[in-house]
Amino acid sequence: MYQRRVEGKLGIMNAIDWNRFQFGFTIVFHYLFPQLTMGLAFIIVVLKILALRTKDSRYNDAARFWGRIFGINFAVGVVTGIPMEFQFGTNWARFSSFSGGVIGTTLAMEGMFAFFAESAFFGIFLYGEKRLSQKLHLVSAVMLLLSSWLSGYFIIATDAFMQHPVGYTVGKDGLLYLQSFWTFVLNPWAFWQYAHNMTATVVTSSFVVMAVGAFYLLDKKHVEYARIFMKVGVVLGLIFSLIQVFPTGYVQAKMVAVYQPAALAALEGQFHTSSNADMTLMGQPDVSNGTVENPISLPGALSFLAYGSTGANVKGLDAFPKDQQPDNVDMVYYAYHIMVDLGIIFILLTLAGVLMLKSGKLFSSKIMLSAFMLAFPFPYIATIMGWMSAEMGRQPWLVYGLLRTVNGTSPTVSGGYVAFTTLGFMGLYMVIGLIFLYLVMREVGVGPVPLENVSTSLYGDGSPLTPDDTSSEGK
Amino acid sequence: MIEAKLWFALIAIMLAVYVALDGFDFGAGILHLFVAKTDEERRSVLTAIGPVWVVNEVWLLAGGGTMVFAFPRVFASGFSGFYMPLMLALWLLILRGISIEFRSHEAHPLWRSIWDSVFFLSSSLMAVILGAALGNVIRGVPIDSSGYFSGPMFTNFLPGRHPGALDWYTVMVGLFALAALALHGAFYLILKTEGAVQQRSRSIATKLGWVVLLLGILVTIATNYVKPALYTNLIDRPWTWILVLIMAAGMFMMPAGYRIKNDLLSFLGSTSLLVGMLGATAAGLFPVLLNSTISPDYNLTVTNAAIGARYLTVGFIWWIPGAVIAGFYFFYLFRVFRGKVSSDVKSLTST
Repeated sequence: MYQRRVEGKLGIMNAIDWNRFQFGFTIVFHYLFPQLTMGLAFIIVVLKILALRTKDSRYNDAARFWGRIFGINFAVGVVTGIPMEFQFGTNWARFSSFSGGVIGTTLAMEGMFAFFAESAFFGIFLYGEKRLSQKLHLVSAVMLLLSSWLSGYFIIATDAFMQHPVGYTVGKDGLLYLQSFWTFVLNPWAFWQYAHNMTATVVTSSFVVMAVGAFYLLDKKHVEYARIFMKVGVVLGLIFSLIQVFPTGYVQAKMVAVYQPAALAALEGQFHTSSNADMTLMGQPDVSNGTVENPISLPGALSFLAYGSTGANVKGLDAFPKDQQPDNVDMVYYAYHIMVDLGIIFILLTLAGVLMLKSGKLFSSKIMLSAFMLAFPFPYIATIMGWMSAEMGRQPWLVYGLLRTVNGTSPTVSGGYVAFTTLGFMGLYMVIGLIFLYLVMREVGVGPVPLENVSTSLYGDGSPLTPDDTSSEGK
Repeated sequence: MIEAKLWFALIAIMLAVYVALDGFDFGAGILHLFVAKTDEERRSVLTAIGPVWVVNEVWLLAGGGTMVFAFPRVFASGFSGFYMPLMLALWLLILRGISIEFRSHEAHPLWRSIWDSVFFLSSSLMAVILGAALGNVIRGVPIDSSGYFSGPMFTNFLPGRHPGALDWYTVMVGLFALAALALHGAFYLILKTEGAVQQRSRSIATKLGWVVLLLGILVTIATNYVKPALYTNLIDRPWTWILVLIMAAGMFMMPAGYRIKNDLLSFLGSTSLLVGMLGATAAGLFPVLLNSTISPDYNLTVTNAAIGARYLTVGFIWWIPGAVIAGFYFFYLFRVFRGKVSSDVKSLTST
């Protein structure tokens, strides 16, 4: 299969292609939701703390508003997350059998330690505000934050094992077993990937919070709340966009250079081994000729980034046999470059936002507000691209150096089965995605609502109350 | 290997707890069109399960994850073998979750009635699939020397050497599960609601009780035909009789609680019935996790499918604290949302 693709005979998808496409499609769709909820949980805690500190109930109203957006996202995240664990068994049975003795630990721990807490405190946070004191409600928000971030860690630790397997031993039966629990769970790859990923969730959420704030300011609605959204969003957005690049992104790139040199070459479009290697910021790779067309690059920067010296030798793709290289160099290259370039834009945009906030011009600048209103899809794109560069860069390995992707599928499941269910997932997710957008836009249209106008239970009324409903009740 | 036996028991317990907890969510979904007629009544049904259904479902994920850890070969073989039925189950789980969470966000009657239908259909079909899955595990699947099998949805509807996921036996178990979970849901709604919903749940519980009894007898007889070893194992192992006893106690508690209007007692009765039944089934299948219809040599058992004892022992280090903490969360959650739900539903309309 791999050979076929290398030779360029594309067009026919067989079982391995369908399996990869299905996992890629379902994980990308799924992760649109947790990346917002994990970041929003952080922002909600910030808002709840500000409410307790300032005794200003508008922060609580803002937290409640984002809690409702959180709720819709959480629901879709939960239901689209279940297929991910199932697919390990249904589509990737040989992978599960091969590495289950190791990754089963983190998969089970995610359920035991994170999901129980996450879903319990989700119910308590969302439906319990009137039953709890504000302090206990903050505690439930903190628990939601901790548990959702913990669940992120277990998944990233699982992925880190696939990227950089540590703490395992190969048994007599040829399968992987856990040699050292702590080495596996505290994989250095996991730590940096986790830090990079979690700061990205805060960037995504900051941009979403700002988009709604900018929309309200431009629309001259809920202006008081909108200022809170902009302030909190732009400050958190800048801080976390910076952490995104340094140290988290920087260290991760260095680890790719050390442990996955072939992936680094594909990410950077480094076709030929060279010292004083340039870092390409933009340009179109030509894989068959081994060149990058229309390059805009920083001289020597790649050598410096990867090995700390501009003179360092950086291996190009030509240093690796074909069956050791990522099989889709174009996509890996673009995914990585789109992520990096967007990351730089986020810093510039939020930096401008913070400076204008300081000089008091942010809330009145139509150009800046329009930019922030429209910018929210880009952190999602950057995150998807980051994950694609990591996971497609890992190819042709499923567990790096130990199991090839093509050897991880289910032996008894034909391509036709997977094609059928892939199409099914696409149809179902398209419907869910459309309804989701409709519901979120509806919530944004209603805006933040004070506690006295909210029912105890979201299931208990036509919540959220529309402004018309509240006014007809004699507010 | 004592460790593998313990993990077998723990996974069986986790899955039984899943059925007992998410079972009443399914039951509420199966029944809500019949016991709740007005929008306010439907809302009270959703409020009864709303804060808990997600956390109940986590038992399925945690149980599945634990199976990946302890018996990766069973997870790999079972999940890939049941490819199509599991994908259908996934889609139903997605639709059910969405219907619960999306319904209340829009007040239009058409919007709500469509999600109500989706909730009913997905819950009912899921109950049948869970039952049929259990039927498949009892009957066995065509595992061959490779340790894998390819389970089609149906073959000739007979439980032979090459059965499909659906045959007369597994469909029968599926229908039994539909009735049993509906009854479980009825007792939960009697416990959590008031007024018309509670009354209708009470009257439907009586009818369902007879259906469950009838189907239960049929399934018991049919199981003796399909897998007689299940019963001989139970008879040979006196310690398993406690599970049969729990089941019997449940069957007594249900009508007793119903008659004296002790709603908690009857709910605990249906819980005991489900847990006892699943526990006894697991104990009767032990040490086999997945039977092969081709040859007993290909059975996946606690000895040939578990990871090494040393690695299994490491698992207790995280599993035990995890379970204790999860228990604490459940206690806290059910305490925060204790009592009848009607006051929540009315709180807004009355102001």
